[in-house]
Amino acid sequence: MSSQALVEIRDVNFAYDSRPILKGVNLTFPKGKVIAVMGGSGCGKTTLLQLIGGALKPSSGYVKVDGQVIHELDHKGLYDMRRRMGMLFQFGALFTDMSVYDNVAFQMREHTDLPEEIIRDLVLMKLHAVGLRGTHNLMPAELSGGMARRVALARTVALDPMLIMYDEPFAGLDPISLTVVGNLIRRLNDALGATSVVVTHDVQESLKIVDYIYFIADGVVVAEGTPAEISSSDKPFVHQFVHGEMDGPVPFHYPCGDYRQDLNLRPER
Amino acid sequence: MIVENLRSLGHRIVSAVWRIGYASRFFMMILFYSGTSFRRFHLTIKELFSSGVMSLIIILVAGTFVGMVLGLQGYETLKRYGAESALGSLVALSLVRELGPVLAALLFASRAGSAMTAEIGLMKATEQISAMEMMAINPLARVVAPRFWAGVISMPLLSALFSAMGVFGGYVVGVVLIGVDEGSFWSQMQAGVDFQHDIVNGMIKSFVFGVAVTAIALFEGYDAPPTAEGVSGATTRTVVESSLTILFLDFILTAFMFQGE
Repeated sequence: MSSQALVEIRDVNFAYDSRPILKGVNLTFPKGKVIAVMGGSGCGKTTLLQLIGGALKPSSGYVKVDGQVIHELDHKGLYDMRRRMGMLFQFGALFTDMSVYDNVAFQMREHTDLPEEIIRDLVLMKLHAVGLRGTHNLMPAELSGGMARRVALARTVALDPMLIMYDEPFAGLDPISLTVVGNLIRRLNDALGATSVVVTHDVQESLKIVDYIYFIADGVVVAEGTPAEISSSDKPFVHQFVHGEMDGPVPFHYPCGDYRQDLNLRPER
Repeated sequence: MIVENLRSLGHRIVSAVWRIGYASRFFMMILFYSGTSFRRFHLTIKELFSSGVMSLIIILVAGTFVGMVLGLQGYETLKRYGAESALGSLVALSLVRELGPVLAALLFASRAGSAMTAEIGLMKATEQISAMEMMAINPLARVVAPRFWAGVISMPLLSALFSAMGVFGGYVVGVVLIGVDEGSFWSQMQAGVDFQHDIVNGMIKSFVFGVAVTAIALFEGYDAPPTAEGVSGATTRTVVESSLTILFLDFILTAFMFQGE
């Protein structure tokens, strides 16, 4: 599997100041697959994407993308690598001072010398792929949350990246938009021959579209497997997460002292 | 207790020095990545419109009123010495040397500077800056530097317009309403104002203010914590810091330019 791996994450440790976020994680993203990385809020999923994109450096271990160790690249090497990556941010991060059209055209204008007629055709094709060709004259503020996410998706794949990263692509979407975005992630990945990493905590939607799932909790990979394996897993953490149970390995209560003592009640006789 | 206070004082000084260093580095980075602003000048022109052209109304109106007040106050004072005819040169000199550059810069800081800070701060809070970095596009070159040069270019022009409108306001009050002799108003002005000494020096002042205000506004926006409070705090700091910086620099520049008179 590792010979076809596009992204390899090996023994990566990462800490903000002295607070450890990732503690020796190993993940492999094979070419052409859609991989989900799941876990509760604040477990280091987004940090993982920032490590792949080179925005952060691991304290130890390495992240390799297409055979190159990301944190060893110089500024130019990193920028060359990023041109081949696309990242969809949580709420789209569309440029609010530009129209939908200009947003999708942005990278083409910045990174290529294509004439404006060809850029126009490409932009319309990308927007058509997400079903929003009719919105090219609108401003981001005029779009609904789901539409903005799809436009951002069109912008992310503007230069046909080899690796597409999604940071919580399902957050705050209505059920219809959720299905649309989920299907687009799968279809765009297969159409472009890309590799996709979906960081999410939306279990049900992800199980439908991904090839492989990693669970992260407390900075380590606690479970991994195909959607079928994950659905039928009897590991307590995975079971709690997949079925959304209130209590389990992830406790309902934040750690604290004795309840009765806090309320100044006398101990039971 | 004393040790605690000393420690917190030391901590504050260290972080202030650190911040100044960080800001200076940011400023050097803007200059280093300025190539794009001139190679693709349309980026700068777009920002010239939003910071320069959009500030025109406040500058023109404020300039007129300041000139009118100068006309009134100047007339009252000069009349005591029977020197009403010098009103033109008083109005023009005050505007061109001091009030034009300083007031235009203060207005620019609160109108355009605060807007720049809020815009960049919000771009950061909504991950637009990170998105640009992930697209392998340097936000300093693409977003920050064009705004910097737009501010630097528009500041002297706005200051000149402020002074021109002020002279007009002084003329309306002094000549049209009060009845100072029109010929002496203009001829005294022409004789009293030296191009090199007064106008060029005033322009240099407003250029320096433009650099200071825009650099502060951009730094505060870029450095703002990506939250609603962070951005609002940064916007306030932009106005306060740039106003104080303008007045401080004005004193320094005046001391150098008009010493020994």
